[in-house]
Order: sequence, then structure tokens, then C-alpha cells
Amino acid sequence: MTVPEPAFDALYRELILEHYRAPHGKEPLARTDGKAEGMNPLCGDEVDVAVEIGDSGRISGVLVDGRGCAISVASGSILHDLVVGRTPAEARRILEAVKATLQGGSPPTDLDLGDFEALEGVRKFPVRVKCALLPWTTLGEALRDVESRNGRSGGTT
Amino acid sequence: MTATSSARAVLDVEAIRRDFPILATEARGHPLVYLDSAATSQKPRQVIDALAGFYSTCNANVHRSVHYLAERATTEYEAARARVQRFVNAKIPECVVWTRGTTEAVNLVANAWGDRHVGAGDTILVTEMEHHSNLVPWHLLAKRRGARIRSVPVTDDGDLDLDAAIARLSERPKVFALTAKSNVLGTETPVAELCRRAREAGCVTVVDAAQAVPHGPVDVQELGCDFLAFSAHKALGPMGTGCLVSRVEMYDRMGPWQGGGEMIRRVQIDESTYAEPPLRYEAGTPAAADAVAFAAALDYLEAAGPAAIHEHETRLTALAMGLLRDLGIRVLGPSAPERRAGIVSFEVPGVHPHDVATLLDGRGIAVRAGHHCAQPLMRRFGVQATVRASFYLYTTEDEVRKLADGLRAAMEYFRR
Repeated sequence: MTVPEPAFDALYRELILEHYRAPHGKEPLARTDGKAEGMNPLCGDEVDVAVEIGDSGRISGVLVDGRGCAISVASGSILHDLVVGRTPAEARRILEAVKATLQGGSPPTDLDLGDFEALEGVRKFPVRVKCALLPWTTLGEALRDVESRNGRSGGTT
Repeated sequence: MTATSSARAVLDVEAIRRDFPILATEARGHPLVYLDSAATSQKPRQVIDALAGFYSTCNANVHRSVHYLAERATTEYEAARARVQRFVNAKIPECVVWTRGTTEAVNLVANAWGDRHVGAGDTILVTEMEHHSNLVPWHLLAKRRGARIRSVPVTDDGDLDLDAAIARLSERPKVFALTAKSNVLGTETPVAELCRRAREAGCVTVVDAAQAVPHGPVDVQELGCDFLAFSAHKALGPMGTGCLVSRVEMYDRMGPWQGGGEMIRRVQIDESTYAEPPLRYEAGTPAAADAVAFAAALDYLEAAGPAAIHEHETRLTALAMGLLRDLGIRVLGPSAPERRAGIVSFEVPGVHPHDVATLLDGRGIAVRAGHHCAQPLMRRFGVQATVRASFYLYTTEDEVRKLADGLRAAMEYFRR
């Protein structure tokens, strides 16, 4: 049953609710090449992001694990869709574009942020921006973890 | 407003509401429904006027100069201390130290008393339902002194486990830090009994009364605690001020804490001696105007009647719990509304607390969503966050019904 709550339809777009109900990125990874734990101290929400790097050097899998609100869960699901198949450098560029979008800046025009555009309504709800950012900032840390693990293994071989 | 001290008094809520200018606010196109008083209460014009009045008529630094204004400011500031003393029935005004709030009051005890009496291997007893402000200062003390933390668990019904508390006290902890009323569950704990048992075990008690002082009668001598901490801003007063009320004998066992002006007797270039308490614990220029405004807040609460406020909140809590139960919403904490007056924390099936709060906000309804600075308690109940609605003397039954309507709409919105 649909309840008329027009003020929220900009925030909770149908696409966001679809991602929230059946989020992507819940499949366990064959291997973890980097991971990080994110936390939103405001609400206590926690999210773990793990990445797997394939032989081609591209991200072959992302696991977004944790409980959260509709905004953070949908954001994590879209994150999965956007970064799988990208190189870590491309993923970082998307991450920066997402941050710029949420914080009211203008992202590069040559990047297609796919379903993420549905999350742009969050900008009107400043306290909720952190919810949308949480999986992304955690991805940034997971990518740093990939680099530091590479650094270590590089040093031993 | 209806001024009476009779315990059976009924609040004239409509008259009270006219004293709170902010309640006329329109939020997101709706009349504001403020259900977040446990985070901070709104302020009546009497308090706002007292704050402006201090700056308009007697602003000067206190306990320093001899001029006319300084004398007036000091007199008002000390009268406010005596007002607090009467409100919580402390023995003498000197029992009251002005702090920045509950948090600073607990930090004061953990440092000035704790550093002298808690040593390596000693036990600090806390409860699972403490707010971070009555937990983290003890973590810091434990780390400084090599002490260990033990805790009293919370039962499924949201009460302190009394048998466990008694057992823990028999292990002779040095200090027992406990809340008088949980900021999440609303649970009113058996403070007097626990303090008596702690005293028998030779254990010092530090009571967090941040949620107790605003919502019902608190008599510090009846409670029998060594220290009582609370904030002004949850009890109609200004933000950034609060009190530590100590048994006066405790001062003999405490060292100085923060150093600076006002807390000294004589200062030489390489050493100093200290003023007698309470000024010893009020280094620097205090929030004098806020103290004076807090006295006005306590006048207001007393005129309304703490017992009548508690009864009003109990009625609203019972109404809210019934409406939420009908919606299939899980309410955490005691099932008896009179033992949790004014606070209802709950989980809405299928909707995250943040989403609930945003949807309610769209109807002008202010609630708190989050961990409420009580993460151990959240873990105890297996949740990361809850929604909390909290009521005060200006909350109406109509507002509680609006909350229930908003929750029904939120559940339907996410079910679509």
C-alpha cells in the first residue's frame, strides 16, 4: 500500500528502496585482498567492505556486510555495482565523484554514476549524507589496505 | 501555569505550553511535535528571561571584584547554588559544585577522588545501562591506575540485575557508578537500596541523575549516595552547565582537579594553596548567568510539582506503549510505565531507526534515533540503534497519538 509522503519520494526513490530490499554485494568473496570496517558514530551503524582483485588487476568482487538504514544499504549496493570490474584507480575516481556529488560539488561529467543518481536527493537531508557516504569511505580504506598488502608482499619477494 | 506542590496535582499542560516560545515553531510545514526532551528539554520564557536578565542587570565576574555589579552577580550566583541545594535536599549549599554538566561532574569525581583512592588491581563497578558519560571517565581512571572494570548486567525486562549487583558489591569494589534513570529504557533503578548496600561494602557511589532530576522528586539524602551528577539543560535550564552534589565529608578525601583562578587561596610563582570546596572545583570564570537561569528553571519545576510531572509522564508513557504495541512495535525496557516515565525506546519492524526518524521529521515530529550514547546497552539488547521518544511536562496526549500515526505511516511506506 502506498502512503502519500511526497516529501520523501525525493529521498527514498523507488530505485533506492529496491536496492534496500535486495542489496547487491552480499556474496562471500573467494579471496580478500583488502578490507576495512566502517562505523557511523552518530547511529552506531557498522559496515564491513572487502575487495577481491582479479588476475587482470581489476576489482573482481566486493562484499558489503553490515546493517544500516535504507540510505546506507542502498548506497552500499550501488557501490558494488559501480566498482566491480574497475581498477582500484578507477574505483577511487568514482569514490571521489560520489563524495563530490553528496557534498554538493560537481562531479566530473565523463563519469556515469549509474543508479547512484537516485541518491542525489540525500543532499537535501544534510544529516543523512553520512549514511550514504559510509560504505564509500570504508571502500577507500579497503583500497588502502589492498595497497599496503601489496607493499608488504612486494617487500618480501 | 498551575502552581501547586500537591502530589495529586494535575498539570495544566496548555498553560505550561504557552510558557515555551519554541513550541509554536512550525517544522517542515507542521506544528512542531517535540519528543526529544531526554536529549535536551525546551526552555520556558522564565528561564530565557533570567538568562537575559543576568546580562541586562547584573553582569560582572563573580567572586572577584568589590564593585556594585560584582557583588550582585556573586549574590545571584550563590543564591542559585542554594536553590539547587534545596531542590535536591542536599545538607548545605557547599555540597553543590557548578560544572559544565553531568559529564564534567563525573570526570571531576573520577579525577579528584578516583586518583587518590583507586589503585592497581582495584575494581570499579558500573552497570550495563550507563550512559557513556558515566562509563568513559571510569575507563580513563582504570587505565591511569591499573584498575579493572566490572559491571552489573541488565535483565531482559530492562532492570538492573539486583542479585548480580549484590554479588558484585561483595567483591568490594572501590566505587559504584550507577544511573538513577536509564536514558534509553527510562528504567528507574533502586538507587537508595543500592547505595545502602554499597555503603555497607565500603564502596563509594556516583549516581548519574541526568534523567532523574528533571522528571521527578530527587532527595539526595534519601538516596544516600556520595556523589550525584546532573545537567541543567535536561531540566529546563541552559546548556553547558550542571552540578555535582557531594556528601560534604567527601571533600576531605579529594585532591584538587583543574587549576586556575577562583580555585586558589594563595599562589606563589612555584606553588599554590587552594580555596575550600566548592570553589576549589570551580577553576576559571563560571557560567554564572546559566547558573542563575537554572535556578529559575528549578523554580518552574517546583511550581509545577515534580510528582505531578512524573505522573503526567507516566500517563503519556502508558498511552505510547499501548499504541506502539498495537502497531506490533517492540518496546525495550520495563513493562510498567510508572517505572520508566517519560522515555520509550523501540524498534520498528522492517524500518531502520534513522529512516523512521527522517519520516517522522517530515511530519514535524522530533525523535532521537541512534545508540543514545549507551552502546553497551544496545549490544545487550542485540540492536545497533533504536528510536527514542521522550516526553516532558509540556507534552500532550495528542502529540503521542501523532507519533503513533507517523509510525504507522513509516511502516506502510517501507512495506509498499
